[in-house]
Amino acid sequence: MNPVMKWIHLLGSPPYFYRFSGKLLPWLSVLCIILFVWGLYGGLVQAPADYQQSDAFRIIYVHVPSAWMSLFVYVTMAVAGAIGIIWHVKMAEIVCVTSAPIGAVFTFLALLTGSIWGKPMWGTWWVWDARLTSELILLFLYFGVMALYRAIEDKRMAARAVAILALVGLVNIPIIHYSVEWWSTLHQGPTVTKFDKPSMDASMLIPLLVMALAFQLYYCIVLLLRMRTELVNRERNSKWVNDLVSP
Amino acid sequence: MNHSLTQAFWTLLRRDLLLTYRNRAQAINPLLFFVLVIVLFPFGVGPDATLLKAMAPGVIWVAALLSALLSLESIFRSDFDDGFLEQLVLSPHSLSALVLAKVFAHWMISGFPLLVVAPLLGVFLGMQGESIEVLVITLLIGTPVLSLIGAIGVALTVGLRQGGVILALLVFPLYIPVLIFATNAVQMAESGFSVTAQLSILAALFLLSLALAPLPAAAALKMSLS
Repeated sequence: MNPVMKWIHLLGSPPYFYRFSGKLLPWLSVLCIILFVWGLYGGLVQAPADYQQSDAFRIIYVHVPSAWMSLFVYVTMAVAGAIGIIWHVKMAEIVCVTSAPIGAVFTFLALLTGSIWGKPMWGTWWVWDARLTSELILLFLYFGVMALYRAIEDKRMAARAVAILALVGLVNIPIIHYSVEWWSTLHQGPTVTKFDKPSMDASMLIPLLVMALAFQLYYCIVLLLRMRTELVNRERNSKWVNDLVSP
Repeated sequence: MNHSLTQAFWTLLRRDLLLTYRNRAQAINPLLFFVLVIVLFPFGVGPDATLLKAMAPGVIWVAALLSALLSLESIFRSDFDDGFLEQLVLSPHSLSALVLAKVFAHWMISGFPLLVVAPLLGVFLGMQGESIEVLVITLLIGTPVLSLIGAIGVALTVGLRQGGVILALLVFPLYIPVLIFATNAVQMAESGFSVTAQLSILAALFLLSLALAPLPAAAALKMSLS
């Protein structure tokens, strides 16, 4: 077996994963903080104000990365769920079930910041805009996954149920997204001003990308923390957890 | 083998329909619920004819979603309780095909009656001839999708005590595309536009769910029984 495959197999063992992630976490945290400081300074201080929206546009440095993450986490969850179902990989199951609340929070953050941005721009807190509406439905999909996981007592069974649901949701997300887009363009005129992404200046774009990377790392950190907790909780009767608690 | 699968399919379908026929009073509840929800709306928003007419497609379709949700549990619940479901999983036939038979029976019991009463309710809400036709067509193509997607949700929650609440959370977001295209088709028909595009998309959603939904439903059933 080649060393990379061997290492991936090793990661599937809970004690090894626990030790490895423990060593990885401080480095990730430092990197994440640096990126956050860089991105926030670049976005909130260095980047010039928008000629139309003045300083209100700066909320995109939180809004856009959380919207990206809300989708990314769902895809991760579904793919991990599929790996868990097909190859019965315990770690993948844990990635799947622990991702859901994190993704829900990102989705909520995207909705909240979108609505705060909408107040000065559109004049109301909520508009049935296609992208806001899809995010709202995504939030309900996350809630469904979380509710199902909590309702099933046997956690291994719950993980399989959640994986099936996440896969069904993954197939449906594009369908929902495009039907909502179609719906909103038919029901209301183009009153919504949208960001012109290509026309964004580099001084605004680079902090945004840095923030996106920081959010990505933040997800990794929280995911690892949650996975460690879940692992210890699931295997609380095993020897390695006992050794961990009372060495 | 193939021959016996079709035989199993029809036997199961016949059994479900027969069971419902023997227990008619319960089967009629979702239909009454559908009618009641729609009748409540004029009391809620007032008897203004133009407002009711504008709301009619949405009201009828949302009522159809609610009544579908109400009847969904009956696809697997009683079979789960009396152990019949385990026998289904143990049978040599493809579980997806058997799930499809149960979903088909469910649609004939709870979806098809909606088609029959919908024109009447459309008249109540002031809809005109052509748009009522389109409404019935959207119900004909759309309600099977509700049963098919719903079967996945029920299969996931059938073993749970408070499954009903979670079921709504699981299936309603997935129903949204059907709701959008169906109500839009009726609204467009009311304004005299062509509705081929909306109906084609609805038909596509139906075929897609017909092909794909039985697989996760069968997998979820196996999970629920393990």
